[in-house]
Amino acid sequence: MSNIKYILGSFGDPDEMMHGIEKLQENNIKIHDVYTPMPIHGIEAKLGVKRSRLDIAAFCFGITGTMTMLSFVYYAAAWDWPVNIGGKPHFALPDFIPITFELTILFCAFGLVGSYYASTHLFPGRAPRVMDLRATDDRFIIAIDAKENAEHSKIDGLLKDAGALEVKYNERKYISYE
Amino acid sequence: MSGHNESILREPLITGNNITYAKITDDILTPVENKPNKAWWIGFIVSALGALLWVVAVSYTFWNGIGAWGLNKTVGWAWDITGFVWWVGIGHAGTLISAVLLLFRQNWRNSINRSAEAMTIFAVICAATYVVSHMGRPWLAYWVLPLPNQFGSLWVNFNSPLVWDMFAISTYFSVSLLFWYTGLLPDIATIRDRAVGVKRKVYTVLSFGWTGNVKTWQRFEAVSLILAGISTPLVLSVHTIVSMDFATSVIPGWHTTIFPPYFVAGAIFSGFAMVLTLLLVARKVLGLENYITMFHIESMNKIIILTGSIVGVAYLTEFFIAWYSGSEYEQYAFINRSTGPYWWAYWMMMTCNVISPQLLWFKKIRTSIPATWILSIVVNIGMWFERFVIIVTSLHRDYLPSSWAMFYPTWVDVSVFVGSIGLFFTLFLLFLRVLPSIAIAEVKLLLKSASEQAKLELIKDGHLEKEQVKEYVESLEKFDSVKQEEYAKI
Repeated sequence: MSNIKYILGSFGDPDEMMHGIEKLQENNIKIHDVYTPMPIHGIEAKLGVKRSRLDIAAFCFGITGTMTMLSFVYYAAAWDWPVNIGGKPHFALPDFIPITFELTILFCAFGLVGSYYASTHLFPGRAPRVMDLRATDDRFIIAIDAKENAEHSKIDGLLKDAGALEVKYNERKYISYE
Repeated sequence: MSGHNESILREPLITGNNITYAKITDDILTPVENKPNKAWWIGFIVSALGALLWVVAVSYTFWNGIGAWGLNKTVGWAWDITGFVWWVGIGHAGTLISAVLLLFRQNWRNSINRSAEAMTIFAVICAATYVVSHMGRPWLAYWVLPLPNQFGSLWVNFNSPLVWDMFAISTYFSVSLLFWYTGLLPDIATIRDRAVGVKRKVYTVLSFGWTGNVKTWQRFEAVSLILAGISTPLVLSVHTIVSMDFATSVIPGWHTTIFPPYFVAGAIFSGFAMVLTLLLVARKVLGLENYITMFHIESMNKIIILTGSIVGVAYLTEFFIAWYSGSEYEQYAFINRSTGPYWWAYWMMMTCNVISPQLLWFKKIRTSIPATWILSIVVNIGMWFERFVIIVTSLHRDYLPSSWAMFYPTWVDVSVFVGSIGLFFTLFLLFLRVLPSIAIAEVKLLLKSASEQAKLELIKDGHLEKEQVKEYVESLEKFDSVKQEEYAKI
């Protein structure tokens, strides 16, 4: 028993998995993480995942884009090389709104997606830290740290009562991809 | 999703019985995990030959210059900009489906957004190639960027809509690519976890290490929503700016304030037509009838009637305003469009874009797959003619009658256009083979609430109002993927 690192409850139905999370939490068993093939609405509140701050990041990146383009176009069109076009103003703001808007969106999108990848550790070539290969297919996996929670048979029972199709005892944290 | 049943009055988004999460994965990944069938090979060979023609024609243009095209001193813009606007317009439906329909919580987008976004990206690639190839000296393409340079430190003209267009198209392309790829990550991980050998290695790199844990999914949804929120004004701005390429000029027929909304409606119109052209074939060949159902087809047809009618109103408004403006040049431009030497192009546009889509008011037609497919192609032809009419008929008779001319395309013009269609289909067919054509995770979300089998369970439970069940069963009659016998006894 001592080599077991993680206990995985493998569910075939998201509602049963949610039920399993409730059961475990009622018994004060800490859940390491949950792996699902699709987003499960309402799960973040149960597991105490904090509200995302990506919207704030997106706004900041967007504003940066706005300021960058406005200041750049001011520099280029009114400062560095002002061109006299029939005496019209060098800094013709209405003309610069389309490009300022585009840069706002560009900075916002790249900043947002970059922050998302950074905060969830996604990058090309990262070794996938997969606990169960079917978690991206048809199984909803609750992972429990076996060292922290010693009562393995109780966990097994709770998971099966909640409707787990299978309970796995993994001796390695992640399935190797090598 | 859990503990909440969708109203029985809503038509199912997934049909068929015994659909499980595993079956959804299997069905959608069939083309990715197996050798392609004959239909795919035939399509691919034909498209690849088209793409080859494109390579030849574009290389010929690069070698000989724009003189290879049929342009003359009066008509200095013709098939190139027509093709460009046509492709950009087609691209817009993908963003509309993935972004606007997400903001409006239209769940039927879930099974068509992936391929529509792929289509967006490929269409914008085709459009961008026009931009580069029409420059004459494509190796100087970077001159459109505001780079400090050694030619007197002049900057690009930020007052020019062509410069705005460069910003708009490149932003649009890169943001669409990000949106599409981020949405693909969970599905690439699905392929990865089922693959072996080299394939697994490749998809491991592509999957960015996706595991599907709670935080990643939760943030994923936040990111999708914000990206949808910024892509919506982006897509509107892109075609607005494309229309400004014309509207800010002083050419009669171009100098109109109606252009931005009219172009945006036309873009959505042609984009949905292209989505239908592609998906009606893909659903049949790939056996995806249970996921792309008659409800999806009918909904897209409804959008086509709406946007087609907006375009029709815009045509009439343009004509009316030309008369009402009292400007003789404006009036002449429009009379010349409809009765001049290009009358056939004008009436082709009117027939394909305004008259024939009205057939979709008939339920029989909009729920018939062959009729829908033919109409979608008719719309694509019509929208190409719309751009041709706007561009060429406005230019070919300018202020000086001695310089009036006609435009005759050369083989290079035709080959660049036909070739770009080949390029588009080549990319799309490759996409179908290597990436899932339907967003697997998003379709799984619908299984428990919006599927036919979930609704059948509800009916069997018997707590629903009789009239509502009757209406629902009647709405199923049009579905080609529903076994009607099962409902005969209810």
